[in-house]
Amino acid sequence: MAGATAKPEERNTGDLAKRILSYAVLILLTLMFVAPLLWMLSTSLKPNTATTALPLSWIPKPFSNEGFSTILGSNSQSPALRWFLNSMVAGLANMALILVTASMAAYALARMEFRGKRVLFAAIISTLFIPPIILLMPNYQIVDQFGWLNTLLAVIVPGAAGAFGVFFLRQFFLSLPRELEEAAMLDGANRYQIFFRIILPLSRAPLATLAVLSFLTNWNDFLWPVFVLFTPGSLTLPPGLSILQGAYTTNYAVIMAGGVIASIPVLIVFILAQRYIIQGVARSGLKG
Amino acid sequence: MAAQGIEQTGAQPTPPGAGYPTGGKAESTSTFSWTPYVFLAPYLVLFTIFVLVPAIFGLWMSLHNWDYLMPKQPWVGLQNYINLFTPGSPTAAFFWQSMKATGIFTLFSVPLLVIIPLLVALILNQSFRGRNFFRAMYFAPYVLGVAVVGILWRYLLQPGFGLIDYYLGTDVAWTTAMPWAWIALVGMTVWWTLGFNAIIYLAGLQDIDPVLYDAAKVDGATRWQRFLNVTLPGLRPVLLFIITVTILASANMFGQAYLITQGGPNNETRTAIMYIAQEGLQNFRMGSAAAMSYILALFLVVISILNFKFLSQKEED
Repeated sequence: MAGATAKPEERNTGDLAKRILSYAVLILLTLMFVAPLLWMLSTSLKPNTATTALPLSWIPKPFSNEGFSTILGSNSQSPALRWFLNSMVAGLANMALILVTASMAAYALARMEFRGKRVLFAAIISTLFIPPIILLMPNYQIVDQFGWLNTLLAVIVPGAAGAFGVFFLRQFFLSLPRELEEAAMLDGANRYQIFFRIILPLSRAPLATLAVLSFLTNWNDFLWPVFVLFTPGSLTLPPGLSILQGAYTTNYAVIMAGGVIASIPVLIVFILAQRYIIQGVARSGLKG
Repeated sequence: MAAQGIEQTGAQPTPPGAGYPTGGKAESTSTFSWTPYVFLAPYLVLFTIFVLVPAIFGLWMSLHNWDYLMPKQPWVGLQNYINLFTPGSPTAAFFWQSMKATGIFTLFSVPLLVIIPLLVALILNQSFRGRNFFRAMYFAPYVLGVAVVGILWRYLLQPGFGLIDYYLGTDVAWTTAMPWAWIALVGMTVWWTLGFNAIIYLAGLQDIDPVLYDAAKVDGATRWQRFLNVTLPGLRPVLLFIITVTILASANMFGQAYLITQGGPNNETRTAIMYIAQEGLQNFRMGSAAAMSYILALFLVVISILNFKFLSQKEED
């Protein structure tokens, strides 16, 4: 109650103090989030002997490329460059597969009538609530049947079967005005032409959001690739980092160099596509 | 939203070539079209092979002594399930220990991940310079997957020379002793995923009609009263979403324990997901692992339903 009856000037000094306090909290939080990442970068550029030395030093003295050269060399037992390429191929292929299959299915579910539509949509949506752990054993067996174990197909294809993309794009297609499609139909366009020439060009923003979220999810996936990929040459980065930690236990310069290599692409994607990522995440929350 | 969408479609006249027009009975028309099925086919192939079939096939596996390395997988009925509830069986003690680990982690991480991001979002929801910058900074750790975050925190948590001990002035065996291992795993998970929840809260806060705040101010409500009577009710659907998603994410914890504590000390931080994955995909006792995954899934579904009922009832009050 005191705040409501305060004189204007008192409220202003209160606001100023609050503002300064807010900034202090914000900057402190920023340091807490950013410092560990800077520490990873700094460590990756130190000679390994300096990574456990006290007192800690934020600036590598001297700079060393020991960490990076150990895992980027062509004869390395831990071929990080290969893992990087594998992750890139898997992430892009998985993303393309999701964009194509989810947009087509979502369009049919949003705009066409056919027998069994309600049941099908209910079935797809209900799988959003299935705990993914129950699919782990059977999918391992299925992927093995296809001969995909220890190949990139194992980390490209099954991940594209999730319902999120279909659900996400269907919501967007439903929000598009119908008149555009009806006008095109009167001009003699068929469903395929409408989909490719009208709907998809209008859907750039949600498609970009889905593309970025799919790529990040695939790039960061850990549990599944740890078990379906097992020879050094076929790993993606996440299981690779796990191997690196096991093989170079206390060589923190090497391990952090691996971490930096795995972080750079996602941080670049994040900086460039921040708007799509943050809106995508925020919207998924409101729709839920 | 979903139901509304279907009704919208039904209310509109269906253009020719779109398959069955709505309203009338399907069999009363002759305008069958393959078009919808052509659009659906690519996704449905993936969905059938990697979601529908495995959801059923997993149950079938759980009824067998399904050893991946053996030529035959003999039928054992409910034995894999019975073993989990028989003290002294090879799996029961380990499985329930891992369920307990998952429970402890969920119990301590969820309240922190529901409350702290809300406070952060409330600070970010004021208008000030650089808001988008701070928002991006807090979200940044989340875009780096668990593998990077896991190897990084294992280094930060090393006793003596690790960054955490160094700045706290302590010398703690964060990854190898209790209760420190739990504190470390919960703490680094909060650090990692806080930004995700904060962004969802922030979107929810921005959806609350400012008129409600003005009206409350006119009525002489204090800041705290406005939070209780305007902000919290406005956030209810977002809160339900965040609590559900956070519980499910915590209950699925795997990477942090796998990389930072390796499930130790004495398997005390080996979570249910970690034990199931090891039992099935390292020891290849997949039938037993499949049975465990259905028990875990049952717990998760029940918790989600209770959570949903509890929070939507509150809304009616």
